[in-house]
Order: sequence, then structure tokens, then C-alpha cells
Amino acid sequence: MENPLCPSSVLSAFPDVFLKRMEMDLLQRFEAYVASEKKIEPKDWMPDAYRKTLIRQISQHAHSEIVGMLPEGNWISRAPSLKRKAILMAKVQDEAGHGLYLYSACETLGVQRDDTIADLHSGKAKYSSIFNYPTLTWADMGAVGWLVDGAAIMNQVPLCKCSYGPYARAMVRVCKEESFHQRQGFQIMMTLAQGTEDQKAMAQDALNRWWWPSIMMFGPPDDNSPNSAQSMAWNIKRFSNDELRQKFIDLTVPQAELIGLTIPDADLKWNEETGHYEHGPIDWAEFNRVIAGHGPCNKERLAARNKAWDDGAWVREAAGAHAEKRAARKAASNTAAA
Amino acid sequence: MNARFEYLLRLGDDALLLGQQLGLWTGHGPVLEEDIALTNIGLDQIGQARAWLTLAGRAEGTGRDEDTLAFHRDQSKFRNALLCERPNGHFGDTIVRQFLFDAYAVPLHAGLAQSNDAEISAIAKKSAKESAYHLRHSQAWMVRLGDGTTESHAKVQESLNLLLPFVGDLFHSDEVSSTAASEGWGVDPAGLRDAWEATLTETLEAAQLRRPDAAPEQVGGRLGRHTEQLSFLLAEMQVLPRTYPDAKW
Repeated sequence: MENPLCPSSVLSAFPDVFLKRMEMDLLQRFEAYVASEKKIEPKDWMPDAYRKTLIRQISQHAHSEIVGMLPEGNWISRAPSLKRKAILMAKVQDEAGHGLYLYSACETLGVQRDDTIADLHSGKAKYSSIFNYPTLTWADMGAVGWLVDGAAIMNQVPLCKCSYGPYARAMVRVCKEESFHQRQGFQIMMTLAQGTEDQKAMAQDALNRWWWPSIMMFGPPDDNSPNSAQSMAWNIKRFSNDELRQKFIDLTVPQAELIGLTIPDADLKWNEETGHYEHGPIDWAEFNRVIAGHGPCNKERLAARNKAWDDGAWVREAAGAHAEKRAARKAASNTAAA
Repeated sequence: MNARFEYLLRLGDDALLLGQQLGLWTGHGPVLEEDIALTNIGLDQIGQARAWLTLAGRAEGTGRDEDTLAFHRDQSKFRNALLCERPNGHFGDTIVRQFLFDAYAVPLHAGLAQSNDAEISAIAKKSAKESAYHLRHSQAWMVRLGDGTTESHAKVQESLNLLLPFVGDLFHSDEVSSTAASEGWGVDPAGLRDAWEATLTETLEAAQLRRPDAAPEQVGGRLGRHTEQLSFLLAEMQVLPRTYPDAKW
């Protein structure tokens, strides 16, 4: 089927009164189009709120990839074997790559990467709150891969079917890499859990610290999730926060048991009737505190990003100045040749 | 003395120290593309280090593997060129260090690809593809920074002035390297200097950088005499295997 949505540039040719009526008509057609599982592409007309929602979500996602490089990058220099060092470097480099695709996907909605990054650096834009927790031991590289990337995949696989084409396509590749990251994280944990007493303790300690922040990654409970309903209607979001959280817990608990680690939740129990695990209360006050900027590492993470950006200013300026000089020299030589 | 072991350690330690330091840029580069590039180059260096150190361990014949050699040697047992242990500094310092090394690595790997030892030749052939790409990257940045703004020109010129005296080890010839060359499995580093000089001259010209006045070269890395920086680098790198000597990771 041909995309019935009019390119947004055409609309500017009409007076306001017609525009309003046309927009209402377009909105209906847009909603029907999205409901029929078709993809919206960058040049298609889309409601402003849809565009804004996507810009917010994709840029937050990109920022999360970039800030997420810091807690893991932290251990590259101390990886305990050369093989682990190589794997960790490859993994963190993948996260940078995800940041790049996502900033590019965001640019298709009409915003510039540098402006988006400026919003991150000023503290205006959010990123995943999980990266405001510290990575204290090598086992955190296992826990982050296993739990944080595991939770991210749970959130992200449905986004491969998101109604916005560039985001959906970026997510296909991101998810392939994330699923590899999750397996390498679990493999680190498994190795530690089968290792010396010190290593086992390190693994259990990492699980204790990362479990609750990981299950908070799915966001507030469904009855308190302000953006969810509209995102579901627009096929940006496919499953509710609580559904995804439950799915993650059901999948992860047996993995912990398999390697002999204990989930730090005294209330956790299997419910035969529902076929799901029941979990204890989540400390939403902590979640809100960390989001509000008062987690253990919020200030360090933003300071590190700002420092990298500020320290690199002279490099970016040099690259720009050199490109201009080259272009000017080329133009001059073309003129001379003509 | 086991010349083969010593020679392979030199190759492995150069790559290891560069890889270790490039990894520190991950998440801290001036632009996202450079986070990716520097980490990727560092990853190649770690890959090369693993291959050379594994081969070195085998040549030594006492059962030491890549990790024993990387994590359980003290600084005086390291055989890397002093250039490779110079600190990252700012982006220009890292680029100059990498460029000076890449301009040497390209002819080195080309020479080693002709080795009469099948394993050395195979590792060198793979490394040659990587070092050609690394040189393209570092050379392009030498030119961008040298022929960029007044500030970038001054900064990268200063980096060059500071780092150029540390290249001496790269071309250090002794009994180890002459054995390698005469037996046909290695190359004499002194013979790589002309190719390195040609790349340097061509790049400095394109970058509008001045070759600093000749200064006495700092040497000693091939013999285990290092700068203060190495011990700090190793303390960080080796912390886990040293703290938990019985652990497998």
C-alpha cells in the first residue's frame, strides 16, 4: 500500500483554517496507518506530539548508550585477562556504535546531534538512571552485562517493531549486539560463581547491588507511568512496564539459580497458579531519588561527559578548520584550472 | 639468552602498552567517532599483543601464557619501546604517539610477513592490515591538527617535540634483533628507519609541522630500563591477577 501521509512540506502552502481541518484529517489517517502496523518514515507527516515523544525517547536512549560507556569503560584498564580486556573493549565500543545509530535516527526527526548532546551535558535531558550506580568490582562487568543489558533487551526487542522506521531498524542491530553482551555478562558471572571463594563473594555482592536497580529499569509501575498509554496507541511501546519487568524476572531467576547465586529478595516466590514469580516491594523512593540527580554517581557521570566534550573542543574546532581550509584550497585550484 | 623469546616480547609489549593506554580513551574521546576509533585501534593492539605474547611464551618453553606474561611480570621485565609507555596526555599527545608508532609498525609488519616462521608471518600479515589502517587514522589526525587552528597547531607541535626523542627504542639493534634477522624469522629494526623517516617527512609537510631540532634519544625499553610511568600503568593493569593469583577469570 502507498503511504497516504502527505509530506509535511506540502502543508505549508495552505492557509491556517484549511490547515487545521487537514491536520485533523491527517491525524486520523496517521492513526489508522500506524494501527495497520505500517512504518512512519522521516518525510511523512506526523503529529507534533509523536515527533516530540520520539525525539525524547530516542535521544534518551542514545544518551544512555554514551553515559553507559563510563561505568564499564572504568574496568577496561583493570580487566583480569587479555581476553576479557578485548571482549570488554569490543562491548563498550558497541555501545558507542549504538549511540551513533540512535543519534542519527534522532536527526531524521529534525534535531542536530550536537544540540541533543548539549541537552545531556546541561542536565536537561535524561539517560537511563541505572548508570548512576558505581561499578565497584570486576563482577560488576558480569552483572551489568547479564542484568542491565538483559533488562535493556527486554525493553528493546519490542522496539524493533516500533512504528517509526529509522528507530525500528536501528533497534534490530542494537538488539543483536545487546543479546551477545548479555551472554558475555552471564558468562563472566558463571565463571566467578564457579571460581574461588573470593570470586563467588564478588559475584554475589554484584548481584545484590545490581538486582533492584535493574528491575527498576522497566520504569514506574503501570498505574503510575505517565507516557505509556499514548506510546502504546502509537505503536512505539508494545508492552507495559510491569509486563516487561515480570518477563525479565521470570527469565532471570532460574539463571541465577543455575549458577548458584541468590536473588536478594526475601519475598521472591514462584506462583504455580499464575506461572510467574512474585517479587517483594520495589523501593520507588530510591528510583525517584536517583532520577532526580541524587544517585551515587549522577554528578561523576555528567562531569565525565562534560569534561570529555570540553577537553575535545579544540580537536573538533581543528577538524572543522582543516576541512574549511581544504575546501577553500580545492575551490581555488578548481578556479585556477578553469 | 633466548633471542626468540626476547624478540617476541618486544613485539608483544609494544602492542600491549599501546592497547592498554588507548583503552583509557573509551568514553572520553573528543567526539563519539573517535571513542570508537581509538577503542578499535586499542582492541587491535590487544589482539596483536595476545598473539605475540602467546608465541613468546611458547618460545620460552616454561609454560607461561599471554596472561602470565602480561600480568605477572614486573616493569624491569617489560621490553616495550619507551614511546609506547608515554602517557595518553591530551588527544594530540595520543595521536602523535600512535602516529610515530604506526609509521614504524607498517614497515615492521611488512618485513615480518616475509618471516621464514609460518606463525610469525601469519600474525604479521594480519597485523599489517591493521597497522595500515591505524596509520591512515593517525596520519589524518596529524594533518587535521597540524593544519587546523593556531591552537591545535601549537599543541600538536609541542606533542611532537616531547615525543620524538622517545622513538630510539623502535630502531634499537642488538644481539637479539641481529639473530632474528640473520636466522630469517625476524627483521632488523635499524633497517626500518628509512621507511619511517619517509612517512614522517611526508606527514609533517602535509601537517605544516616543523621537525624539532635533533635531541639525544631516550632509549632503554628493549633492555628493561623504563620511565616512571610504566610502573603506574602496570599497577593498574595487573591489579586483579596479582591480588587473586589463584583465580581464573
